[in-house]
Amino acid sequence: MPRQTLDREIHHLQDEVLLLGSMVEQALLNAIDALKRRDVESAKHVYLNDDLINEKRYAIENRVLILFATQQPIAHDLRLLAAILEVITELERMGDYAKGIAKIVMRIGQSDIPIPGREISRMGDQSVSMLHRALSAFITEDVPMAYRIPKEDDLVDDLYNQVYHKMMAAMIADPEIIDHSNCIMWVVHNIERTADRVTNICERTIFIATGELLEIDASDDEWDDEDEL
Amino acid sequence: MFQSKPAELLTMTQEKQKTPLPRTTLTSINVGETDGSQDLTKLPIKLTVDDLSIYYGKFKAVSEITMHIPKNRITALIGPSGCGKSTLLRSFNRMNDLISGSWVEGRVLLDGKNIYDPDIDVVDIRQRIGMVFQRPNPFPMSVFDNVAYGPRLYGIRKKSVLDEIVELSLRRAAVWEDVKDKLHQSGLELSGGQQQRLCIARAIAVEPAVILMDEPASALDPISTLKIEELMQELKSDYTIVIVTHNMQEAARVSDFTAFLMINDERSGTLVEYGPTEQIFTNPQKRQTEEYVTGRFG
Repeated sequence: MPRQTLDREIHHLQDEVLLLGSMVEQALLNAIDALKRRDVESAKHVYLNDDLINEKRYAIENRVLILFATQQPIAHDLRLLAAILEVITELERMGDYAKGIAKIVMRIGQSDIPIPGREISRMGDQSVSMLHRALSAFITEDVPMAYRIPKEDDLVDDLYNQVYHKMMAAMIADPEIIDHSNCIMWVVHNIERTADRVTNICERTIFIATGELLEIDASDDEWDDEDEL
Repeated sequence: MFQSKPAELLTMTQEKQKTPLPRTTLTSINVGETDGSQDLTKLPIKLTVDDLSIYYGKFKAVSEITMHIPKNRITALIGPSGCGKSTLLRSFNRMNDLISGSWVEGRVLLDGKNIYDPDIDVVDIRQRIGMVFQRPNPFPMSVFDNVAYGPRLYGIRKKSVLDEIVELSLRRAAVWEDVKDKLHQSGLELSGGQQQRLCIARAIAVEPAVILMDEPASALDPISTLKIEELMQELKSDYTIVIVTHNMQEAARVSDFTAFLMINDERSGTLVEYGPTEQIFTNPQKRQTEEYVTGRFG
């Protein structure tokens, strides 16, 4: 095979993307778990570990740029490497969402005001499951799977709406908990955005396999400015 | 950071409840898709290759190629060694006639007229379709005489006219500044890159419509290569250029259209895929093209 070096590097990068993905999945699950258990120490751990996610993302980006410069990837190789740049950006932002959740756990501390833990757990599990399968489809270039996963986003949105109504009702009943409730809204917002970003990964899977650049779902575009938490 | 956000967030969540947004595919483009400027069906065509097969004796070196080469564009022929791309290129100005036993089936139309018609003057064809070769091959004569050679052959004798043609051709070939003080030195004294640009000046001195280039930069250093490539971009506004290259990055950099050839089971060169260069190098439609441009075959 005349392109052993490039093939080896691409496989290595795919492994690195999966590793970064698992770091992000773990960060999200740990942050949500810390929220449910009001575990500030665990949240601090997630918060600080975000640096590792960022470092991993930049290491992958650097490797991709070196391959652009030294291997001149073309066609499928080019699409794959360009897609990796996009996907690691999505993953890093998801890591930021986990960090944002951890920050909220640190902020609300040991407060005993109730949270809709069941819904939040289900949202988290669903989003992380979508992410996990989306990355798997990304590596295997499973186009049917890449089309299917974004449809599951509706489930996350439904749960989001349930939490929203619950929190609104609670705030109306007890204005004392408005600040706390807003924090919880930020948590579910971050989880909801994570699921939205999974769609972007699926779009890149379709791009690698077919060359088609498409937008599967733009329903939350106007929220993009609010991703900073 | 988030302390200032909750109020905004609430407003936004409420808006989100109010306005369900469409959940459909909104936009989609194919990578490599280009604007109409690369639509072969809409461009004026300079050379039409019509079901062309080229033989050396009984051996069919190139098999049944049909393609349209657009005017004022650069078309690259790529493919593994022995796929017939140079043979095909040489057939565009009947250079293959010089090889005994070589013959063709099919047609090559220049502006609609078959260059293989019996009434065609081959010398006239080679004036209208010039050629630049892999190794710079200036004639062993002065820079001036190299460029003036063709025009003289076509009967131009007047010194002032020849002066003008020589200067214009050397300027167009981006080598005037390098040679204007040594017009009467031997062309062989120039550097490789200058020699190749001199050969391009010599080719364009006879005002061709098409310039064929057979790996014009493969014997040059990287800077000279880039100069030739830049020059091709300038020349295409006046000429139709067809280039054979082994260097895929060069094809990707310089050409507007790319044709990929490979040999079939009978060891005869066939056209596998032909389309806008951007498409061939980002999203080729044929598996063999993909394997070749990504360097996994050939």
